[in-house]
Amino acid sequence: MVDREEKYIGTISGKLMAYILLALGAIISLMPLYWLVLTSLRPAGAEFTYPPEWIPSSFHPENYGIAWNRAPFWRFTFNSILVTFLATLGTLLTASMAAYAFARIPFYGRNVWFALTLSTMMLPWAVTLIPRFLLFKYLSLLDSLWPLFLPFWFGGGAFYIFLVRQFIMTLPVEMEEAAVVDGASRLRIFLMITMPLTKPAIAAVGVFSFIQHWNDFMGPLIFTNSEESRTLALGLRYFGDEQFTEFRLIMAVATVMLVPVLVVFFAANKYFVSGVALSGLAGR
Amino acid sequence: MADAVRLGVSNPVPTRKPRWSRKVKADNIAGYLFLAPWVIGFLAFTVGPMLASGYLSLTKYSGFGPVKWVGFENYDKIFRDDLFYTALYNTSYYAFLGVPAQLLVALCLAVLLNMKVRYVNVFRTVYYIPTVTPAVANVFLWVWIFNFDFGLINSLLRLVGISPVSWLYDPQIVKPALILMSLWSVGQQMVIFLAALQGVSEELLEAASIDGATNFRRFLRITVPLISPVIFLNLIIGIINLFQTFTVAFIATRGGPINSSLFYVLYIYRKGFESFSMGYASGLAWILFMIILVITAIQFYFARNWVYYESGGPPS
Repeated sequence: MVDREEKYIGTISGKLMAYILLALGAIISLMPLYWLVLTSLRPAGAEFTYPPEWIPSSFHPENYGIAWNRAPFWRFTFNSILVTFLATLGTLLTASMAAYAFARIPFYGRNVWFALTLSTMMLPWAVTLIPRFLLFKYLSLLDSLWPLFLPFWFGGGAFYIFLVRQFIMTLPVEMEEAAVVDGASRLRIFLMITMPLTKPAIAAVGVFSFIQHWNDFMGPLIFTNSEESRTLALGLRYFGDEQFTEFRLIMAVATVMLVPVLVVFFAANKYFVSGVALSGLAGR
Repeated sequence: MADAVRLGVSNPVPTRKPRWSRKVKADNIAGYLFLAPWVIGFLAFTVGPMLASGYLSLTKYSGFGPVKWVGFENYDKIFRDDLFYTALYNTSYYAFLGVPAQLLVALCLAVLLNMKVRYVNVFRTVYYIPTVTPAVANVFLWVWIFNFDFGLINSLLRLVGISPVSWLYDPQIVKPALILMSLWSVGQQMVIFLAALQGVSEELLEAASIDGATNFRRFLRITVPLISPVIFLNLIIGIINLFQTFTVAFIATRGGPINSSLFYVLYIYRKGFESFSMGYASGLAWILFMIILVITAIQFYFARNWVYYESGGPPS
């Protein structure tokens, strides 16, 4: 999504209309998040008053401390960070290896494997859920963090392989050819030439993977059950199951969970958007 | 897709065995070594579990103790299970209304973001923020937004004098409410549409303007056909995803009220991990797999009628 030489809309009324519509969309996008942060800062019980205060008259950041002490949230946070880091690392390494093979090495059966890889994107994960659970049970790895990151050291997922492969395909081959003539090995070419050039795609995959694992709910729900191995995504469920009574505390934890995602998103915004755009090329 | 760029190193010395020359052999070894993690993972975490779940669906198994072979008994029971049909109905309702609604909203947003005005990049970022919000946080946030007495939406409705709606506790309204909620985070589809819109040729649009076509007509007759491959892609992926909706029903509504938001995967979860009928749940999962396969195949079949490919080839 590189901005081309754009001809801006000329007429004043056209411009005005455009900005009104854009602003409306922005308000709808941000309003729920404003509500989220607003609720997290309200005094105890004040979330249940009508009409709600749109501009708070007092701030209560102590809600965050109260919420944090309700459950072992430091532990959850540590687990989330660890899982996200390890799963992303595995994805980056193994997905780009597979992507490199698909893009550059003419091996026997490549097209069949590539088609199989793409077809897994259409496979409902629900079908493999129970056997995966039983597999990790058999390996005695249930209620640990292993099931949450180990599978991602095996290619990371078809979408990521596809994304990196598409990117490598756009790179010129001349440098690699020269390296081959110089007698460099495949591994060396991959590490020293292709990978550095693939940075934008790697960054996109990194951001996607980070968000995927940080936000993952079903994995930890199924594979873990003690507090020692729960992650932040499940921590939100520690605030009253039947009645959601303490919304200000739930919203406080939700805000904390949101912040790292937003930081990563803003920091890597350009890779993120170009990554999605690249994946969209699948249909063209 | 198959036209990968090859390393065009020609071997100056003619080899005696051209089919298995040293280079070809080395390429094969290197290729499979690079692919090895993925192949192992594919077998261990996809193919293996697929077969295992097919086998399990023909057994009675609680996750503990012995596995008892029962043949097609599970499927027999499933097809006489009222909740199976309820779950299937709810999920179809959600997917078949939800996906078109999502795509429409995503396309409208993409068109907005494709307007040629200054600072449009800032809006692109802002519009994407809801999509990166963690699903769990998102669900809790919307439970709160949908709250009858103190929620954001009902507060706004009261402000303009409309009586509040019981969003999540009315069997008639809960599914539309969940669709409404899903419309808030369609950033993924939006960005894919936006990328496609930016690929639409300016010349074609200008030519149509000169011929006197209105903006709307131009959009419908030129832009939409040109981006139809991407609409198709979003449609396929959207249906597959919404058929597997879980988190929102699990947290926000618990399948209620009176099972009106009991979605298919939530039912699988309850059977497998709450009642420990792993065989039954595997049967449910395989039926879901078949349903998704058939729906996807039907969509591919009808795609030739409305999806436009410049090269004339099928989607790759």
